Parts: sequence; C-alpha cells; structure tokens
Amino acid sequence: MTENTEKKTGITRRTLLKTGTAAAGLAAGSGAITGFPHIWAQNPITLRQFGTGVSNLNAVAQKCKEDLGITLEMTAMDSDAAAQRAVTQPDSYDIADVEYWILKKVFPAGVIQPMDVSKLKYYDKIVPLFITGKLNPESEIAQGTAPHTVGFVEKPEDKAFAKEPTQWLTMVPTIYNADTLGIRPDLVGREITSWADIMDPAYKGKSAIINIPSIGIMDAAMIMEAMGEIKYGDKGNMTKEEIDKTIEFLIKAKQSGQFRAFWKTFDESVNLMSSGEVVIQSMWSPAVAAVRSKGVPCVYQPLKEGYRAWGGGLGLAKHLSGAKLDAAYEYVNWYTSGWVGAYLNRQGYYSACMETAKQYMSEDEWGFWVEGKPAQGDILSPDGQVMEKAGTVRDGGSFDDRMGKVSCWNSVMDEDRYMVRRWNEFIAA
Amino acid sequence: MAVMIEDTTAAAPAASRGRSARLPRMAPYLQALPLTLILGLFLLLPIIMIAVVSFWDYDFAMMYPDFMTLNYEETLGSWVTWKTYLNTLKYAVLVWAITLFTGFWVAYFLAFYVRTTGMQMVLFLVCTVPFLTSNIIRMISWIPVLGRNGLVNSMLIEGGFISAPIEWLLYSDFAVVLAMVHLYTLFIVVPIFNTLMRIDRSLIEAARDAGASDWQILWNVIIPLAKPGMAIGTIFVVTLVMADFSTVQVMSGGQSASVALMMKNQMSLMQYPAAAANAVVLLAVVLLMVAGILRVVDIRKEL
Repeated sequence: MTENTEKKTGITRRTLLKTGTAAAGLAAGSGAITGFPHIWAQNPITLRQFGTGVSNLNAVAQKCKEDLGITLEMTAMDSDAAAQRAVTQPDSYDIADVEYWILKKVFPAGVIQPMDVSKLKYYDKIVPLFITGKLNPESEIAQGTAPHTVGFVEKPEDKAFAKEPTQWLTMVPTIYNADTLGIRPDLVGREITSWADIMDPAYKGKSAIINIPSIGIMDAAMIMEAMGEIKYGDKGNMTKEEIDKTIEFLIKAKQSGQFRAFWKTFDESVNLMSSGEVVIQSMWSPAVAAVRSKGVPCVYQPLKEGYRAWGGGLGLAKHLSGAKLDAAYEYVNWYTSGWVGAYLNRQGYYSACMETAKQYMSEDEWGFWVEGKPAQGDILSPDGQVMEKAGTVRDGGSFDDRMGKVSCWNSVMDEDRYMVRRWNEFIAA
Repeated sequence: MAVMIEDTTAAAPAASRGRSARLPRMAPYLQALPLTLILGLFLLLPIIMIAVVSFWDYDFAMMYPDFMTLNYEETLGSWVTWKTYLNTLKYAVLVWAITLFTGFWVAYFLAFYVRTTGMQMVLFLVCTVPFLTSNIIRMISWIPVLGRNGLVNSMLIEGGFISAPIEWLLYSDFAVVLAMVHLYTLFIVVPIFNTLMRIDRSLIEAARDAGASDWQILWNVIIPLAKPGMAIGTIFVVTLVMADFSTVQVMSGGQSASVALMMKNQMSLMQYPAAAANAVVLLAVVLLMVAGILRVVDIRKEL
C-alpha cells in the first residue's frame, strides 16, 4: 500500500508522514484508519483482491481502472491456499474472491464483513439460485454447500449463517457454472449419458479424474450413485462410512487399471484430452474450449444424473471501513452492473446478474451462451478468438437447462480431514 | 572445517601476548564465521523449525503450537506411508542400478578411450548439454515421445511391429524410472569420471605386465579405485530420487506416489505439521542411507 501511494504522489516530507501514519494505522488493525479518510480521498484507491475464480482476469482490472479509477491488485491462488490466506492474513486483502464452500470454512473465523443489501444496487437482479437456492420456484434444492445456505447472516456480527434471506449478504455472487464430464466424441464410440459411463470397461486405461480431493470426491460420488453402488444421504456431506465406501470403490477401480491418470491442473486435463490419452474425464468448461480450439473434438457432455455445480463471489474484508469500504461497495456494484457479467458469460461461465450482463452482449452471443440457441455467426472469446463456428449449439443447452439440473454443489464436509486422508490413500494405492 | 580450526589454533602460540596477539588467535574463528552463519541460518535453523513444527497441531487454516506425537503416529501408523516409502525405495534402487551401470561406462569411455584431454573435455561438455534447459522441460518432453499416439508408438505401428499402441510406455513406473535415469545419470558420471582420471596409469601398466587380463584389470584395479566416485554419485542419485516429486507426478500421471509427493500433497492442503513430520522421517531415512554408503566406501580418499 505505502509503496503505491508514494509512487503516485511523489514524496514530499508531508505525504510521507501521512502515508506512514496511515500505514501504521492499517498495520495496527481493523478500524484504526477511520481518522484518515482524507488521505484515501486524495490518493488513488487500490483494492487488493485475492482468490480462486476470476482474480486472474487482467481485463477486469483494466476495465475497473478505466471505469472507476480504482486500481485492482489481483492475486490468484489455488483453493486451499486461498482458504488459508483468508483466515491467517486477514489484513493482506480487501476483497476475497472465493468459492462458496471456501466461504463456509472461512466466514466463521470472522474475517469477512457481511454486506448491507440496501447498498447493493443490483441486489434484486441476482438470480434466485443464490437467494432461495431455487432457479425456478419449482426447482429442487441441490445437495452440497448450496450458495444460499451460506449466503446470509442475521446480524453483521453473526458467525453462523441465516436460514432465510436477510438484510446481510455474506458475499456477492459473481461467477458459477455447472460441471460435468468431458468426452472425445470421436473416440468414445458410443453415446455417453451417465456419470457411470466413465467406469465402462471399454474405457479401461482411457479415463481420468481430477486429483483435488474436495472436487474429486464429488465427481466420484456422482459416479458411485449413478452406478447404483450407493445412495448418499448428502453427497456434499458424507459420513465416514460413505467416504470409506467411496474410496474403496475408487481404489478397486484404480487397481484394475481403469484410470489413465489423475490430473491436478487445467493444462494437464487439456493435454490428456487433446493427445487422446484419455477419452472421458472430469473437466472444467474452459478446458473443453481449450481442447476444441486446438481443432480436437471435445464435448462437455450433459448427463442424466445432472451437474456438479460451483459458485463464487466477492466478500469484503473485515478491516475495510470509511472511504475504502465505500470504494469496495462501488467496485462490487460496478462488478454486477453488466460488463464483467458479459465477459464471464462469454467465457462459458455464468454471471450472477444475468439481466445486467445481457445489455453488454450481442443478441447472438446471448442466444448462444444463455438461451442455448444455435449460433448465427462465429462466437468469439473475450479476446477475439473464434470459439465456436456458426450453427453450433452450446453443450447442455440453455442456462435453465444447465443450472436447472444441478445435482450437487462443491462443498466442504464435516469429515473433511478424514476424507482428505483417505483420498491420499487412494492416490498412493 | 572443524579440523582446520583445531590445527590452526594449536599452531598459534599458547601464551597470550597482549592485545596485538589476540587478533591472530581469533582469526580462524572469524574465518569460519561466515560459513557457520550461513549453514546455521539457512540449514540448521530451518531443520530445527521443521522438527518443532512436526509436533504442532493444525486445522485447515492454522497451526497451533503444541507438543503432540499425533502427526508421527498418523505418519508411521498408516499403511500409505509404508507403501509410499517402499515405492520410493524401489525407484531409488532401480534408478541407482541403471545410472551406476550406464554412468560407469560413460565415464570409463571418456577416461580411457578418448585419448586427448581436449576431446575428453569436449565430450564431457556434450554430456552436460541437456542441462542447459530446465529439469521440467527435459522431463515433460518425454510425454509426446511415449504417449499412446506418441513418437515411439506411432513408429512401431507404422512399421508394422505392433497392432495396438503399447500402454505402459507412459504413465507407468517404466516412464518414471526412464525419466529419472535421464535426469540423474550425469550426477553419477561426473564423480566417477573424476576418480577414473586420477588413477595412475602406471598401475594399469603394472597389472598388464603382471599378466592380468582386461577383465581382471577392470575388476581388481579400476573398480576398486573408482569406488569413492561411485559412492559420491550414489549419494547424489539416491538423495535426488528420494526427494523427487515432480517426475513421479508427471510421468506416472498422478498414479504413483513418492514420499516427497505425499508431503507436497499435505502442504497443498495446508497440513504443514503432518508434512513436517514426514520430512523428519524422510531426513532420518536418507541420513541412514548416506551413513550406510559411507561405511561401505571411504570417500575421503576422493577428497
């Protein structure tokens, strides 16, 4: 912080003293800087954002600087590191860009301050999935850490989540998607309709799953249930017995040579698929797009058991107050006002405020990405590359079709530590 | 270092001769100070910290200072640990045997068959050329070679030797060992080459004059004299393999585990105390192995 302000103002003895005091105030901890709002008003405001999701989109930082004059310093990290940073270094960030299951771990530590919904300009535009848990009034609430279950608190000081929507939002939802299996349509040789198909003996040595325990276990659960091996009480919160059964099943499959590999990073999953080492595997939607952009056919196959969904949002650090807090609200309001939403939609994710995003998308883009209509012209990625040729239809179809068939959300289990230990046994077995 | 200090202090005059004489007596200590500081700060202190942390408690975000042996109980009491150690040892033994064999013959060729020193240096530098690029690149470049649709398989299929691609070339123990041999052979070539170059050629002539066959010269003269170099190379290779995680992860496709990979998994899940306990156990195992090697071969001859 000090460095930035100094650079931008040029150092006179006076500013140095002021920034020095402000920095000391910051270091001293929360709330201590209320006496110096004029300093923040004089200097360009910087918000430090860290997280897993969209924290690595430079385009967002650039546009934010243009529109608001706020400098965004973004740090991207993997989800476990993000969870740890959120709790252990609460003064090192202003905005936490994390997934909801991480929020569930982190929020009880009291490092995130809830947001007053009356200050959120586009609160009423947020899709009901994040408010009531239902996309449409008649939809069923999915298992796992559904965002609405950790979305609200009764009072700002509360550490426990509220059961119903309230005045206080823990995190503004921004990005989410429905994940499924990726397949090589040219190599699987038949129709893929179920999560169970990944265990088909025909794909022995040609399948892969993700080796991030908290996500891999969910994919495994979808597979197990689809095969009729087990019926979980809640896939997102397994009992020890359910974990044991799932892991033992995986170990058996591994030892019989069902899997070709376990991937940990985005590029690994892309390479496995495009080289033909693997024909069916856990995948993320941008990875499917990356395989296709190499000219290799790849489908993000909708499956009859439904999707595994994930969602993330922006949370405000506890220490924010005064002008910085105002700036953070301004940033969140700008974020939900449409430009970023359109950007995310164009990447194949979904924006939490669909209506506002629509204004920033062409009719064809909106039709392709959200309504599931065939593309009229070529569909371009945000950086201008052709992602889909005219005439293509998005895998899984429309927003309602995809997000309406969520079977389970990424989650954190009560038996988290036990699950991780058993997962490591599976990898070592 | 310690020996040197003792020698010089003993050599210094025993009686103090006032102020001016005190400085020379301090000199050896001053000379030893920088290295002591560096090793103390960057080696000893971190190891002590790791040992301390290995007794701490933890949850997903925090570590809590404590003195509990649970981390060790979980580490040593789990079949995963034992299996992983066995697996890592298996890699170590395989890679060591192969690199020692190939390394010795490469060094032998360089030392005895290449006649001019200039050519020896040129060929020696050629050996190091792959090291101009990073470890990871050298390892990853095996993937397009060994893959199902990779270079080897497509050549064999197009040549009509096989009808279906060989699956075990990639994402297997074979791939791991192959990549490790590729990465680590030079570490055993260098010390052996060094010892072979120091062998007095007249010893070989004498052996020949005494009627020894080539095989006898190799077995009774060259190999015994090369042992210190082999031991040093062995220490390099064994410690490198025992601590390897990236090769195992990439080349086995995440299917195999090594001790360091297990630690890396724990660290990425923020289970630092568990990883620290693992590190202490690994350190003990590797130190025992090195001690074993040093008992068999006296490497001081080399130094």
